[in-house]
Amino acid sequence: MRVALFATCLVDTMVPQVAHATATLLQRLGHEVVVPPGQSCCGQMHVNTGYRREAVPIVANHVRAFAGALSSGVEAVVVPSGSCVASIHHQQAAVARRAGEHGLADEAEALAARTYELSQFLVDVLGVTDVGAYYPHRVTHHPTCHSLRMLRVGDRPLQLLRAVRGLELVELPGAESCCGFGGTFAVKNADTSTAMLTDKMANVLATSAEVCTAGDASCLMHIGGGLSRLRSGTRTVHLAEILASTEESVTPQQGTRPSPSRPTTPTASA
Amino acid sequence: MTAVFLGIPTAPAGVGHLRGDRPFPDAARDALRDGQLRANLGHATTTIRGKRAGVVAEVPDWAQLREAGRALKAATMARLDEHLEELERQVTARGGTVHWARDATEANEIVTRLVQATGADEVVKVKSMATQEIGLNEALEAAGITALETDLAELIVQLGEDRPSHILVPAIHKNRAEIREIFARTIPGVDPGLTDDPRRLAMAAREHLRERFLRARVAVSGANFAVAETGTLAVVESEGNGRMCLTLPQTLITVMGIEKVVPAWRDLEVFLQLLPRSSTGERMNPYTSLWAGVTPGDGPQEFHLVLLDNGRTAVLADEVGREALHCIRCSACLNVCPVYERTGGHAYGSVYPGPIGAVLSPQLTGVEDNASLPYASSLCGACYDVCPVAIDIPSILVHLRAEHVEAQTRTTPEAAAFRALSKAMSSPRLWRLAQRATGLGRFLARGRPTLPATLPPPASAWTRTRDLPTPPRETFTQAWAREHGSQEGRA
Ligand code: SF4
Repeated sequence: MRVALFATCLVDTMVPQVAHATATLLQRLGHEVVVPPGQSCCGQMHVNTGYRREAVPIVANHVRAFAGALSSGVEAVVVPSGSCVASIHHQQAAVARRAGEHGLADEAEALAARTYELSQFLVDVLGVTDVGAYYPHRVTHHPTCHSLRMLRVGDRPLQLLRAVRGLELVELPGAESCCGFGGTFAVKNADTSTAMLTDKMANVLATSAEVCTAGDASCLMHIGGGLSRLRSGTRTVHLAEILASTEESVTPQQGTRPSPSRPTTPTASA
Repeated sequence: MTAVFLGIPTAPAGVGHLRGDRPFPDAARDALRDGQLRANLGHATTTIRGKRAGVVAEVPDWAQLREAGRALKAATMARLDEHLEELERQVTARGGTVHWARDATEANEIVTRLVQATGADEVVKVKSMATQEIGLNEALEAAGITALETDLAELIVQLGEDRPSHILVPAIHKNRAEIREIFARTIPGVDPGLTDDPRRLAMAAREHLRERFLRARVAVSGANFAVAETGTLAVVESEGNGRMCLTLPQTLITVMGIEKVVPAWRDLEVFLQLLPRSSTGERMNPYTSLWAGVTPGDGPQEFHLVLLDNGRTAVLADEVGREALHCIRCSACLNVCPVYERTGGHAYGSVYPGPIGAVLSPQLTGVEDNASLPYASSLCGACYDVCPVAIDIPSILVHLRAEHVEAQTRTTPEAAAFRALSKAMSSPRLWRLAQRATGLGRFLARGRPTLPATLPPPASAWTRTRDLPTPPRETFTQAWAREHGSQEGRA
């Protein structure tokens, strides 16, 4: 299948390894990946902060960037971010319509119909749960709010993780509670956000997992940023990075940053 | 005469309790430091959340029931005027008197006048959000009338000279030991050996209230529902104190928000299933009191119904926001809210806290009077999931944020930044340039994996407690174009 990758503004700019991993994974599964170069952002941050008018040109850019892909045989747009897909499905057309841009709204709807969050694409569209990954680590999974409650991805990420060789999956207590990110909420209500993050981190650390994973780089940047500040050894790694790992290509350094600088090869002294 | 349309009036300032004196983030900051509050709330919300989940899960057709509740409310709001007039006709036909109050001030005046007409200087009260909203107790007090709360939790708040922090359990922020202390300090003649055993506490309150029930001549209540076709009012409660108020005094005055009307008697079938399971986590609430007008020789012989607008018509005029009027005040959204669970209700500044408060209070007062509330949410969506009438609270929050942004007449620094970012994000060329600005981050990080913890505002709000990764040298799309050549022609 010919698949277009929407990296999202955050992943593209801050954690490109997540998009690389997504592309690697899709290619390994035998699909052709294209990356429309005009892509930037879905507009979610603008909409959710109250700038829905200013979001309209961003939506237009998104639709423009992927229009060419769709007309050149791309069957699906895959996104390694639940909340961006939720915005594409639930907000883009609505803000365009409110601004009176009905043509744009229709196009956004048509694009949304072919846009999938990574775990949904793998499980529902491709019908795979075992993607042939190898990841010998103790991992816990945070089911981010928008994946859970807006996209209803359910246990798809867990199905995928359970099929990864070497991976020990540990249940996260209080998994369904928000990590406190919430976009600009993390800044506008920094104290409340931090209180929520503290409880999320306590639960992550209680699992003694090496890695906390999720399908949203933004939430991982939040949780990971907190864990890094505490100098905790637990790191955050995007689901795509885990699924992209194989026996031939285990990247011990990977991590949805910040990750401590460490030697690339394990030391022999252990 | 030419009339200038100034918009539909919102709830007036200076009366009632819909506005806080500080923005939410400031009030929350203090609340978050109150360890006892955090412990009490965490315990209470976790318990009630579990109970709710259990009793909702055992109803096989919960989803359909919820949809029925949503549809009934939507249909009712579409013809609210007709239902209210029908309600007035039916209540009047059954011997009650209906009063229309445009706002809190009018409602307070009406109730005060009605109480004064009876000659009483004391009223007993059934727990009611509407009367809290309009500040009725204070208005009565100013007229020399004592209002006595009879709901146990409301009584605790009143005796402690505190404010309610939850719409169902106003004293949720207090634990047993604190309640014992309040009772020991404020109830005259209370047993000096009073312990914090919940039963003993309830008995102490009961003794304190019993005598007042018996001597009360006037009661004031709210209403959970009002059935237009029969003129029936409904109050659901757990303790039975409400029923004492509703049945013993000579005069009953009910203050009800206009959105509480339901068209038909059989609509109660849906709501009386949705409400108790969502609120207290009970299959059925212990007391459901229903009355229509007056019945000679039985119960109050004088009944007044005060229909309160206080900004509700303005809410109804907003296509997106009007869904907030569907609320049946079950409080399920408060109990699951990760923000409410940590800050408690007082931080919201309004008698309506939590997710529903964050969408209702700013609409009742006008969004500029409660501008921080729509932002008091991470948009996690837990409220929408549990709401028994499926109010899409996150969408209303986002809508109100936009209403606030669009109400600004001057360009704020935030608006300037978002506009600039919008320009960049809608042009691939500008976007690539903007992405290059992250080089500044690499400069600041000076080779470290994270940025310094002390960045200037607004970044400091993030970096005070969380590290920010050092941006990479190359974006994904740049790297991809370098490795695969530009796919411009193909994609
Ligand atoms: S908004 Fe919904 S969940 Fe919240 S109190 Fe109202 S009815 Fe209950």
